[in-house]
Amino acid sequence: MPDEEGPLLEVSGVVKRFTGVLALDRVSLELAPGEVHALVGENGAGKSTLIKVITGVYRPDEGTMRLAGRPADFAGPLEAQRAGIQAVHQEIGLVPALSVARNLLLGREPRRRFGTLDVGRMHREAERILASYGIDVDVRRPLRSLGVGVQQMVALARAVSVDARVVVMDEPTSSLEPREVETLFGVVRRLRERAVSVIYVSHRLDELYRICDGVTVLRDGRVVHQGPLADLERLRLVSLMLGRPVSDVRAGGVTRFSGGHDAARETPVVEASGLTRRHVLDGVSVAIRPGEVVGLGGLLGAGRTETAKAIAGALPLDDGRVTVAGTPLRRGSAAAAIRAGVALLPEDRKSEGVIGTLSVRENIALAALPRLSRAGLVSEARIDRIVETFMRRLRIKAAGPHQRVAELSGGNQQKVLLARWLATEPKILLLDEPTRGIDVGAKAEVQALIDELARDGLGVLLISADLEELVEGSDRVVVLKDGAVVGELSGGDLTEERVMTTIADAGGGVSR
Amino acid sequence: MTESMTATAAVTEPAAGPTGRERAFGLIQRHGAAAVLVLLVAIGSFAFDRFPTGANLGNIAITSSFLAMVALGMTFVIITGGIDLSVGSVFALGGVLAAYAVRWGSLAALLLPLVVCGAFGLVQGLLIARVRLAPFIVTLAGLLGARGLLLSISGEGSTTYLIPHGALIARVGQGSVFGIGYPVYLTLALFVAGAVLLQRTRFGQCVYAIGGSEDAAELMGVPVTRTKVAVYVMSGLLAGLAGTLNAARLSSGVTILGTGMELDVIAAVVIGGTLLTGGAGSVSGTVAGVLLLGVIQNLINQIGDLSSSYQQVVSGAFLAAVVVVQTYLSRVQRLR
Amino acid sequence: MTDTAAVPVSRLDRGRLLAWLQDYGVYAAIAALVLVNIAITPRFLSLENLRTQLVQVAPVVIVSLGMALVIGTEGVDLSVGSVMALTAALIPLYLGYGVVPAVVAGLLGGVAVGLVNGSLVAFVGVQPIVATLALFVGGRGIALVVAGGQLKDIHDQTLLDLGSSSMLGVPLPVVVAVVLTVVVMAVVRRTTFGRRLVAIGGNRTASELSGLPVRRVLLLVYVMSGLLAAVAGTLATARLQASDPSSLGLLMELSAITAVVVGGTPLTGGRVRVLGTVAGALLIQLVRATLIKHDLADSVAQMVQAVIILAAVYAARGAGRR
Repeated sequence: MPDEEGPLLEVSGVVKRFTGVLALDRVSLELAPGEVHALVGENGAGKSTLIKVITGVYRPDEGTMRLAGRPADFAGPLEAQRAGIQAVHQEIGLVPALSVARNLLLGREPRRRFGTLDVGRMHREAERILASYGIDVDVRRPLRSLGVGVQQMVALARAVSVDARVVVMDEPTSSLEPREVETLFGVVRRLRERAVSVIYVSHRLDELYRICDGVTVLRDGRVVHQGPLADLERLRLVSLMLGRPVSDVRAGGVTRFSGGHDAARETPVVEASGLTRRHVLDGVSVAIRPGEVVGLGGLLGAGRTETAKAIAGALPLDDGRVTVAGTPLRRGSAAAAIRAGVALLPEDRKSEGVIGTLSVRENIALAALPRLSRAGLVSEARIDRIVETFMRRLRIKAAGPHQRVAELSGGNQQKVLLARWLATEPKILLLDEPTRGIDVGAKAEVQALIDELARDGLGVLLISADLEELVEGSDRVVVLKDGAVVGELSGGDLTEERVMTTIADAGGGVSR
Repeated sequence: MTESMTATAAVTEPAAGPTGRERAFGLIQRHGAAAVLVLLVAIGSFAFDRFPTGANLGNIAITSSFLAMVALGMTFVIITGGIDLSVGSVFALGGVLAAYAVRWGSLAALLLPLVVCGAFGLVQGLLIARVRLAPFIVTLAGLLGARGLLLSISGEGSTTYLIPHGALIARVGQGSVFGIGYPVYLTLALFVAGAVLLQRTRFGQCVYAIGGSEDAAELMGVPVTRTKVAVYVMSGLLAGLAGTLNAARLSSGVTILGTGMELDVIAAVVIGGTLLTGGAGSVSGTVAGVLLLGVIQNLINQIGDLSSSYQQVVSGAFLAAVVVVQTYLSRVQRLR
Repeated sequence: MTDTAAVPVSRLDRGRLLAWLQDYGVYAAIAALVLVNIAITPRFLSLENLRTQLVQVAPVVIVSLGMALVIGTEGVDLSVGSVMALTAALIPLYLGYGVVPAVVAGLLGGVAVGLVNGSLVAFVGVQPIVATLALFVGGRGIALVVAGGQLKDIHDQTLLDLGSSSMLGVPLPVVVAVVLTVVVMAVVRRTTFGRRLVAIGGNRTASELSGLPVRRVLLLVYVMSGLLAAVAGTLATARLQASDPSSLGLLMELSAITAVVVGGTPLTGGRVRVLGTVAGALLIQLVRATLIKHDLADSVAQMVQAVIILAAVYAARGAGRR
């Protein structure tokens, strides 16, 4: 029996390193029985690493965990599950092709005498479990034929129906309808009544304040704040997450941006209007003029990446249009956008950017191949020239142009991608987290380069979770929240504090 | 279930369930082969006097039964998202081993192939599930290895071991009740057992779960490695058994059998509605797929002036149609 | 420098060793086998023996070149053997109009199969293994139907010359194989198509986001594979002096895949090793020839081949893990 007085889950001094990088630095966390605890932080703060340590996916390098007063050292997620720690993941950890009932009861199906499954009882059981959470679906249907919300509820029901003591919910509402969110909250409240503790990971501040008791804010692998959520002001929470003190108006001089381009009065080179996609974007409009750096502000999941992808023709849209230099783009065609001069540096370098099996040279030449070849034959000389130019200009550190890209550091991979796009002579650069995960030196170089490119007349869209980088690097910042534009800041208004207050105060997306 | 209409529930699946088109695709995928089979049998019975006779149907059944046994194992393998290219060689190996071992009695003629072929599946399964090599390549190597083993037993294919007519195993392979050979009954029994195993046991649930999403299955506590090894062992055993019975029926271990059989088997399984991507499929669909191929061959034989090669053309075309529909179907589902 | 992190270094060394094996193991193995053969096989280096070996391996090399391109895109083409049969079946039908129309008809058969495969993979989105399985089954059937299921002797001398004549002492099939190897190498290294092909195999999402014409490239890759298999079918038919659609090219898909994998092209795509593929085909031929010459028959040859394949993928897997 868990001691009613002591904490149910006790994480103390957990350290986790990945090849030299400190992902978690002496993180401690206490969870009282029945507590709903918010875990927040921006990308790379260490949230997912902490969750993985708690759910047994990773073993901590240092530090200990105790569950109900007993030491907990899990060899794998299965052991954690058996001990009563369940996780409901963003990417629903169920099998889409199986029926709802089979997913719900996989591994503990009711059986008859000869070990065969009692399907009738299985269905009744599944219906009973789901009904107790107010979910009413045909349990014989394959899971994937149901809405994402219902799928998530099934995952949750599975997690908590196996004697869970701690449930970790990772962005549980990211794809739910408002009505489904209410149901989810109902489930969370029921869990609380049963003294089950919940770790609730979300970026939706409204939700956190509605449902959570305590909060832990992580940044760069460290706990920067811990305590009751009700005592924490919204603005302060945002500033803690983004790592910028509220009073600190402008530190200045840390980034390599010179600031202030001649945001010419010219007509915009790209105009996106009314970009809409269910659950993701809600009528976002952005215009960028030549020589201007437009920042996209907002928390994770606000729709920044999606906006950039939509402009680049890489995200199917329900509505909205993008025009480049006055010509409308064919919707949903990346090739058409590239031909028109749009270049997207994707957020996920590894899976959407570099082609690891190829060399630096081939990666740089890839998108510009039509210009670097004649009659389908590649001009090696022209490629050499371009590759050499960009390797020098961007100071790409590689053993040579023929080194495999997979062997380069993150910063140099990023520069290779930048070179790939610059080689196409684009009109607009969409930079999605261009300096994330690269070392300080490379970061300064990339920042200086963005500046330089804008001065040369490129339109730049900059997405960065680093508020300082965003504010100092941009001429104008469009703030998004829950997929909608909630404000635009420029000139004297463009301060870190104003960005944070805009995020904290705004009502949020229309769909919510 | 009328209780699904209760109005109090907070979350009910919206009325926009599967669309008519989607449902139709689902039906086609699951029962398409069976429907075409019924259609073909009807046409055949109508068009050819000699088609619906007991002797002819019994003949279709017995010739299909060996392919069916192998396809049963393949169904399990494919549902886990794997593939077994070695079954043709293992089938031939089983036959040769049976004929080789019959000198020690019928029991040996049954057990030796099962042990060797089962061990063969075990090794492949371990390489796939534990060492994590690609199933395609491991079983490709298995295809060559099994045939090499077979050739070395049979003096490079020059020795054909015979099974004497009096041997018990020969009688099992050749005997019949009500005009239908014993192997057909055995195949039916195996399919019933296979269907129960797949649909009505935890093992079957694990097989589906692994094919649907191996990572999720792992997180949900499915013994992934063990289950995967088990399906390759099953596939080896069934191919060996089919080879043994086939040899018993032919009274000899023919060394050149089974070449290219793996792809016929895969075709039958896929036509039967099992997705090569894993996670979906059924034993009954495989029966329909195998019988469909058998009936096509038989009908083409009935049309006297058509060469039997039309069978391959028709089954190839049918396979192409099936995979196009399947791909389209899964895309419709993914887009939702 | 001496005692820093001894354990990771040795692990790295193992990865490096496997990577080296993946890249160059096939050449080392060939060199070793050649040396062994010079030592133990009488008249191994005789012109007669070399000619026989090379003529035998030429069709495998040609088919493997196409297979290497397909595998470079993370696909596979099971229909190559059936394409060879189809070509063999088509040629005699048009021999009456002359050798050129007959060969063109045979090659067009391969192109047609490639178009179907490529459309299924690129536009419908079928997994390559299934898409090409359909024509693996159906292709040979079509060939047999076209040929009336019969083996036909070929008497046209021009066509027969394709299989048996020599150019500067080198048998024509070998010349063709060499020329095609050079062509495919040039395609991979020097054309936008080649660059795009490996990029798509390496990272399809990134390729799409970089605006590459992914579908067109995939279609063309399967067409090339079909065409190359048809060339191999033509040469093999000429050498056989007969059109034999029922057995020509049987198991060819497996030999070709083996050659490609042994040659160091990863099944996961993103890389095409043309010379490695040729070497892979040669190695397997050499293993066979060696074992058979020394009365270690086909059975052992096949088992050895199985071990070589497993070793090749194991090396690739270890190398990929670095």
